[in-house]
Amino acid sequence: MTAVLSYEAILADRDAIMRASVGIDYQHYVTGVLAFDYERLLADTGYDIPRTQAVQSRTGVGNTPLIELHHITSLVRSLAAPGKGARIFVKDEAANPSGSFKDRRASLSVHEAKRRGYEGVVAATSGNYGAAVASQAAKAGMRCIVVQEAFDSQGIAQPEIAEKTRACEAYGAEVIRLSVGPELFYMFLCVLKETGFFNASLYTPYSILGIETLGYELVGQVQEQTGCYPDLVIATHAGGGNVTGTARGLHKAGAIGTKVVAASVDLAGLHMASDRDFNRKSFTTGHTGFSMPFTTWPDRADVPRNAARPLRYIDRFVTVTQGEVFYMTQVLAELEGLERGPAGNTSLAAAFSMAQGLDADQIVVIQETEYTGAGKHPIAQLNLAKQMGVEVRRGDPRENKPGQRIVIPEHPSQIAVLDVDLDHVRSSYVRHALQSTHAEQPLSEIDLDFLAAETRSSRNYVEEIANEWHRTTG
Amino acid sequence: MAEYIKKGTWVEIHRIVLAGGQRAPQVPVETQQVPLEMRVKGFLAQRASLGDEVEIVTSAGRRLRGMLTDVNPAYTHNFGSPVPELLMIGREVRTILGETGGGG
Repeated sequence: MTAVLSYEAILADRDAIMRASVGIDYQHYVTGVLAFDYERLLADTGYDIPRTQAVQSRTGVGNTPLIELHHITSLVRSLAAPGKGARIFVKDEAANPSGSFKDRRASLSVHEAKRRGYEGVVAATSGNYGAAVASQAAKAGMRCIVVQEAFDSQGIAQPEIAEKTRACEAYGAEVIRLSVGPELFYMFLCVLKETGFFNASLYTPYSILGIETLGYELVGQVQEQTGCYPDLVIATHAGGGNVTGTARGLHKAGAIGTKVVAASVDLAGLHMASDRDFNRKSFTTGHTGFSMPFTTWPDRADVPRNAARPLRYIDRFVTVTQGEVFYMTQVLAELEGLERGPAGNTSLAAAFSMAQGLDADQIVVIQETEYTGAGKHPIAQLNLAKQMGVEVRRGDPRENKPGQRIVIPEHPSQIAVLDVDLDHVRSSYVRHALQSTHAEQPLSEIDLDFLAAETRSSRNYVEEIANEWHRTTG
Repeated sequence: MAEYIKKGTWVEIHRIVLAGGQRAPQVPVETQQVPLEMRVKGFLAQRASLGDEVEIVTSAGRRLRGMLTDVNPAYTHNFGSPVPELLMIGREVRTILGETGGGG
């Protein structure tokens, strides 16, 4: 029986619970009021690319195919100006053991938990990551608990999460299904405290380093197939780990000139903690409900310092609509013979739009797919949307309105990414960072340099925002 | 209740974790009003009837208590009916490729 501890008591104990459950002394890496040594936090784990590959290959993780989407490229070129329309490739991460790139993240966490002598692992996730942790734990002979936000107050389960419940249980995990709300974190802490299991958080260094092999592999595959480096790599963006790990892997493979694009489904207007909005999102991840808060303030995660720091790596941040992703999911199935889950196809929709502006000899890589099946499918999501009173129709995707109307394009020429203003995101990050400091604590030069590195800007830029912030907050 | 469910049966329990009105302060009002509920599956630790307060042993070996709500719970998620708004997309894009001589 879970010890009945009050909400306040558990949250007050969170630092000690976290320390015991991740085995990392984050305090050791603090270098300023805000600053910490990010690179050393990652490097001290000892997982470089060869060591990560060795761990992952033992459970069949990684080395997924890179597939050129010839027909989709032809469709792009039919819409683009003469000489335009880049070649599009997809990294078929659905070929991993539990069906998504999340196996890469789970593999190092579970390996590390086993090495450190933990009896089991716990993960707070409603998505593919739960199945990945459960699969890796099964292989390692460890116990596994997955905590999900799964159903609304009417008892209606999000179909994609229901499928994840089934998958986790198939791998022998205990699944704690909760109704909607951020107090999931309280339950997660209760479980960690009671069991003493390892916190297989999505945001530890292990979880990020595990993705580096994805970026690293794809560079080698693109070179093998084309003799070039990719020009654009597009990653579906939620909590920031996918973008961060992939970009780091690209750099390690020498793809310095490759631009990294973060793509999210636009869910503006829906509240992530709303019992009402929960079953009107149609997407459980890869959307702005995660990517906006996590990009503008990564340290809201379930570990003291988030190893996913997307603003350090993003060259461009774009959104697409729900209807555009469902449309492209169907196109991928019917033109390329690849039936894949909708979340990974967020970057496909972005690629379809962005490739039209690139030269025909340039290369765009969509860096993941995910498995599909009952619940985890556009048909299931659109049927639920209709049941919840969301209008579903063909039309101009600009008329898409999350929670009210899903508009499936009538023609592929209507698919167009919208750019998120990165300057706005950077200044929002700096303001969140300043808010997190205790009053009267002056920032050191180390802090200013840290914030400049975090936002890929300059010390002057950070100082300007800080001065403005101090003026307006008095 | 005369109908007993045998010890060792795979079941689901339900528990209210936080009552409506006692939710975290940051949640919106529609969430604040409803309880935080938990459902977990496991093996029934002793013979019981639906609605009883029971103990289960989960797949991770934990012992949890809650109200017995379901026996051998079904996975009911599915695809549902084909969605008309998606049915024509493949034909449409193949037509475009045909018109432009594409299709590789």
